[in-house]
Amino acid sequence: MDLLTIFVAAILVNNFVLYYFLGICPFLGVSKKIDAAFSMGMAVTFVMSLTAVVSWMINHWVLIPFGLDYLQIVSFILVIASLVQLVEMFIRKMSPPLYQALGIYLPLITTNCAIMGLALLAALKDYNFIQTVVFGVGSGLGFTLAIVLMAGIREQLDLADVPEPLKGAGIALIVAGIMALAFSGFSGMIK
Amino acid sequence: MEVFIPILTMAVLGFLFSIGLSFAYQKLKVEEDPKVEKINEILPQANCGACGYSGCRAFAEVVTQGKAVVTGCPVGGEEVSIKIAEIMGTEAGKAERKVARLHCRGDNEAAKNKGLYLGITTCYAAHIIGGNKQCVYGCLGYGDCVDACPFDAIDMGDKGLPVVDEDRCTACGKCVEACPRNLFELHPLSQNIIVFCRSLDGGAAAKKSCKNACISCGICVRACPEAIALENNLAVIKDYKKIDPEKIPAIEKCPTDAIGQIEKEETNEG
Repeated sequence: MDLLTIFVAAILVNNFVLYYFLGICPFLGVSKKIDAAFSMGMAVTFVMSLTAVVSWMINHWVLIPFGLDYLQIVSFILVIASLVQLVEMFIRKMSPPLYQALGIYLPLITTNCAIMGLALLAALKDYNFIQTVVFGVGSGLGFTLAIVLMAGIREQLDLADVPEPLKGAGIALIVAGIMALAFSGFSGMIK
Repeated sequence: MEVFIPILTMAVLGFLFSIGLSFAYQKLKVEEDPKVEKINEILPQANCGACGYSGCRAFAEVVTQGKAVVTGCPVGGEEVSIKIAEIMGTEAGKAERKVARLHCRGDNEAAKNKGLYLGITTCYAAHIIGGNKQCVYGCLGYGDCVDACPFDAIDMGDKGLPVVDEDRCTACGKCVEACPRNLFELHPLSQNIIVFCRSLDGGAAAKKSCKNACISCGICVRACPEAIALENNLAVIKDYKKIDPEKIPAIEKCPTDAIGQIEKEETNEG
């Protein structure tokens, strides 16, 4: 598979949120305002890219040579947790308002299944280093795209006349479903 | 020996990551005053902005920097002020609780209508058209203040005037902003003499449109000239503190009940 295919597939076709349904927690939790959603997307992209790099190195330089493939999950979790900790420190230092806006969803990236899924899928598909990096960045951008689109729609929804029982989470889930349906239109692009 | 390889591998990995993180922490640590968190916990978390800052946390930050007074949260009132003062190590002093009060007694019986209003049922909309009452200064009665009150302290009374529940009122000032005719004002709880009218019409015109309008007769001004004055056909309390309690009965002789004690208002609405 060439790099462009991997990149486009990660963003549009196999979008983590709208195709695999991974990482729904921040997707619904931080998608009320576009700027907070974009920052969340950037934080996830950063963690995803670095996770892809570091977990590839650990997988190929440590785990496989020692025959320790069964430690993949626990060592990947270690990588993700450390990176999220780093991002959290960084955001807290650089932008306290953003830290407030992201709230609990920032440390929750640690257990975000999208990121764990990325590390495991990259290992499963046996990507080489460059492919893994492209896959990581693409997946992060795909997540950002999904969450920003969602936030844009939800900002408009605030002004819409939504039936009382569907207000809030109900309509958000319906919107997410329709978006997933729309994104499934990309599935023919890659065999 | 087989067992030691994975144990050692994980130990080394964990060790490397913790070294990386502790270096990052040295670079990126944030010095935060622990008082901010403590004060933030005490605050009511209404995030109403009545203190003049963007929310409870923002207020807590400003207080710890000494840029705002400890009594700055009108919603929390005296109780919260004392607790904040304890944390800051200062005296709260006595900040008297304030409440919002309506400056109109033109209820459905007292105020005459000039026509039927069938437009959008908010005061804001009705005010643009002029409303259905003859008096263009009085309460429109569509309850923008009731909707605006975040503490559920204002209800629409039977006679079409909003009634403030003074126990619930936190003087956040939302009703003051919401009323298009500016009929709410925040008063100290102890102030019980109030001019219940904002009409600037002259005596005869005011009397025609509302039974409880101030007709600028000046009885109250003669009773207590140090504190009350007539301005633009309306009695105005210049300085409440100068009102001698002995003069209150004389002030209350107002022929239209446009000035008086607030307790009387409540029993009337009763």
